[in-house]
Amino acid sequence: MYNFLTELTGNEIIAAFISAMLPVVFIVPFVIFGVLAERKVSAHIQDRLGPMRVGYHGVLQTVADFFKLIQKEDIIAEGADRKFFNLAPYLVFVGSYAVYAALPFTSTYIGSETDIGLFYIIAVSGFAVAGILMGGWASNNKYSLYGALRSAAQIVSYEIPTALVILSMVMLTGTLSLATMSEMQTAYFWNWNIFGGAEWAFTKLLLIPFMFIAFIILYISTLAEVNRLPFDMPEAESELVAGYSTEYSGMKFAMFFLAEYGNMFAVSALVSVIFFGGYQSPFGYLGNSLGLQWLIPYEQLFWFALKGILFVLVQMWLRWTLPRVRVDQLMTICWKYLIPYSFANLIIIGLITLL
Amino acid sequence: MELYDIIFYLFAAITLLSAFIVVTSKNIVHSAFNLLFTFFGVTGIYVLLGADFIAVVQLLVYIGGILILLLFGVMLTNRITSVDIRTGTVHIIPAVIGIGILWGALTAIIAFKTNWIVKPADSMEPTTVGLGNLLLTDYVLVFELLGILLLIALIGAASIARREFEELKD
Repeated sequence: MYNFLTELTGNEIIAAFISAMLPVVFIVPFVIFGVLAERKVSAHIQDRLGPMRVGYHGVLQTVADFFKLIQKEDIIAEGADRKFFNLAPYLVFVGSYAVYAALPFTSTYIGSETDIGLFYIIAVSGFAVAGILMGGWASNNKYSLYGALRSAAQIVSYEIPTALVILSMVMLTGTLSLATMSEMQTAYFWNWNIFGGAEWAFTKLLLIPFMFIAFIILYISTLAEVNRLPFDMPEAESELVAGYSTEYSGMKFAMFFLAEYGNMFAVSALVSVIFFGGYQSPFGYLGNSLGLQWLIPYEQLFWFALKGILFVLVQMWLRWTLPRVRVDQLMTICWKYLIPYSFANLIIIGLITLL
Repeated sequence: MELYDIIFYLFAAITLLSAFIVVTSKNIVHSAFNLLFTFFGVTGIYVLLGADFIAVVQLLVYIGGILILLLFGVMLTNRITSVDIRTGTVHIIPAVIGIGILWGALTAIIAFKTNWIVKPADSMEPTTVGLGNLLLTDYVLVFELLGILLLIALIGAASIARREFEELKD
């Protein structure tokens, strides 16, 4: 992709810039329709209709909301620390956007073909934590600070089971690169890592139950990392008003939203790359059987987006099904259940890999 | 100036500027947040030097670990934000003499005594595989000892926290 753009524009700076901006073209429409989907899904789960006024069945509601947010007055509370208050939403978004640099959208487009993609994705979540703490502190509001501290404690704790599960998958596949990992799960869906990987041996059958355990642990901890229910302690409306985003209005509030929904898709895509083959189609490519090679990247983009959006929908479904956990329960789930289980899983997967 | 140079100077400027603010700021929370940009700038320079693994470790350990702990410490400590930190100069003449001699000696050695080797830059290759092999072959003893050290620190921290909790209960 980058090489193609370099040839097209004849300038490597412009090519790098366009290549880096491409995920934005994906994220912004995703967020606009993701928020709408959330409202519609929640409404139908609760036997309501949800937004119905703007456009057919309210499909343009979030577009209208977007224009409303752009026009809103930008309010900064008097006691706030102006510099950090203004910077924090963008820092949170940087943390969320940086993940997209390592996600393989298709076999032809990946922001950076780095060898350490998975490790990098674990590392950049630090930016989001720092941004949330910055926003919470600079707002100079009790609820904001509580929300920010809760969020940081939660993300830092749940990084451990995430990292342990990813470590076990790295042991199994022998690579840290997301592109290579997707490439290894090619052809048909029984080659996906959740079904024991592409290698045909008796270990494949042994691996399947532990792959499911690993997947469930990873999915729960990514839910906590993006502050979604049942782990949305940082924004618990009934206790903390709106957590770290209490004092924000207009576009800055929208930046937090953009970061949250961007993160939701990023972790869903990460789960799908690790366990469900990423951009690989579950049953061969239409382009291969028709002999149209140019079609394959588009099909891959379709499968990548479909798998990611499917997991986002599961996140929404969980949000409107499960009640919120308490702070102490949150820490109990992480330290007393998920971490020991993921350690045991790591050791078992390691032993099976050695067989 | 090539693209590479522009990016290098950008990261260098970020690092130096934010490090300067960390030292001179009178508000301890401002210092802590500016440390974020210092670490980020150093990460960028590691990437430009082709040390991809070290760069991500810098991101993970310093921004994701140390900085967050630091911020927690600063924010949870009561009234630490209103403490007046003295960042101005005290005893300016002895300080100038001491620093001047040390700095002069160091720069003199760097400028006159060092044999600078100039060679073309290595091509950038992934370093993870090489690092992993070295850690588990040549440096395996150091690696294991560091692991044990970290485990001891973990057990120590847990035991200290538990003892205080039991004392409170009595």
